Amino acid sequence: MQEIIKNYVIKEYVEDDTELTYDSPLISGGIVDSFSMVSLKRFLENKYNISIPDDKATPEAFDSVNKICTLVREYLK
Amino acid sequence: MAYSNTTRGMYSDILTGLKDAGLFKQERFIHSAQAAEIEVEFPAGAPLKKVINICANNYLGMSSHPEVVKAAHEGLDSHGYGMSSVRFICGTQDIHRTLEQMVTKFLGTEDTILFPSCMDANAGVFEAVLTKDDVMISDRLVHASIIDGIRLCSAMHDTFKHSDMEHLEEKLQLHNDKRLKLVITDGVFSMDGDTAKLDKMVELCEKYDALLFVDESHSSGFIGKTGRGTHEHCGVMGKIDIITTTFGKGLGGASGGCVSGRKELVELCRQKARPYLFSNTIAPPVVAGVIKVLEILSASTDRRDKLENNTAFWRKGLIEAGLIIKAGDTPIVPVMLFNAKLAQDVSRDLYDEGIYAIGFFFPVVPQGQARIRTQISAGHEIHHLEKALEAFRKVGKKYDILGKSKQEIIDRYGM
Repeated sequence: MQEIIKNYVIKEYVEDDTELTYDSPLISGGIVDSFSMVSLKRFLENKYNISIPDDKATPEAFDSVNKICTLVREYLK
Repeated sequence: MAYSNTTRGMYSDILTGLKDAGLFKQERFIHSAQAAEIEVEFPAGAPLKKVINICANNYLGMSSHPEVVKAAHEGLDSHGYGMSSVRFICGTQDIHRTLEQMVTKFLGTEDTILFPSCMDANAGVFEAVLTKDDVMISDRLVHASIIDGIRLCSAMHDTFKHSDMEHLEEKLQLHNDKRLKLVITDGVFSMDGDTAKLDKMVELCEKYDALLFVDESHSSGFIGKTGRGTHEHCGVMGKIDIITTTFGKGLGGASGGCVSGRKELVELCRQKARPYLFSNTIAPPVVAGVIKVLEILSASTDRRDKLENNTAFWRKGLIEAGLIIKAGDTPIVPVMLFNAKLAQDVSRDLYDEGIYAIGFFFPVVPQGQARIRTQISAGHEIHHLEKALEAFRKVGKKYDILGKSKQEIIDRYGM
């Protein structure tokens, strides 16, 4: 899951040669702007067949690949 | 008094922080009318200096055009200074509707509604025509006023990579379940001076049954063979659902803006757009001035033709001098310096040489893309541009950036 999400973030948001780790700060680091989070949320919901409530899709919860994985696992249960 | 010393200190610290970060903006006082040559007091208290202005949005040189000034005087005499009312109470004059009809004809749309500014038009239009069941898909480099308008709207929002049509198509597919999809772009992008691929965007919008919104603030009056805008340039007149534009740039330079497009959407703005409902509209003398501007531009393409020739001369001159500019053919010509301090130093030295041009750097443009944004006008004569080129050559030589690659400049000055 980590690699799938990381690859999606790189393809979708990274427009230069910025290196990305599973803990790179995505929102607070300026890689993903808060406007663009919506496509990330929709990608996760489609990919894992889950529904993430809007109030859980916060900049903090989306701030790294690892944090996103934690969030997704919560709704996979 | 609630404004305690603690509160004052807190705000002082914020301002100090802006200064320390090099983000503190200072106004320069112009003592003359807006034109190719202006008299400037800078810094405050300094003697007046006559400089050539190459950073105004005065693309067609209409800001001080004698016929426009005369028309504004006549409008002031015949229709007064202000309306003291919003449009729908008792703030609509015959000339407001005349101007809306003239803009509709000029842009080739169905109807138009005036706003106090294009900032207000962009702030009000999205929430007026969309709901939470819809999605807005915007280019990642759209103007700040569009971003503010998007924030005020309850519809979902997503972005696509700048001018990347494959990415836009992916987003249209991703959001195909939404009631309405609105694709949002600038016609000409204000920082890079590049032009939206409106022909491709119209194709995609037709394929995916999406609406198309274009902000034409940096194109109305001079882009396209008769200056109607990017939609004329791209051969898609009549196919843009919503156009917003300003009267504060090419179309006179004073103030005001509008939403122009499908008549039902314009009518919805008249019923629901909050900046229209809760603010006075454009003042009568300005309306009279814009009407004259549109009359002049509809009668002849001389001014946009002169701007096109000036732009070609300027771009060629900068390239021949060995400077790096953003490719394109619009009168927005960024001279790339990459380093923020270098951009500020070059701007200061140009001013010493009698050339008024401003450095832009992060966060206004992305990190490492600092530049001097130059803007050409039909009000410039070739001798103005030759003098400005000479200044760029002199200052460029001082900093040893002429003929140097991006990497060489970055190696020397950093990002």
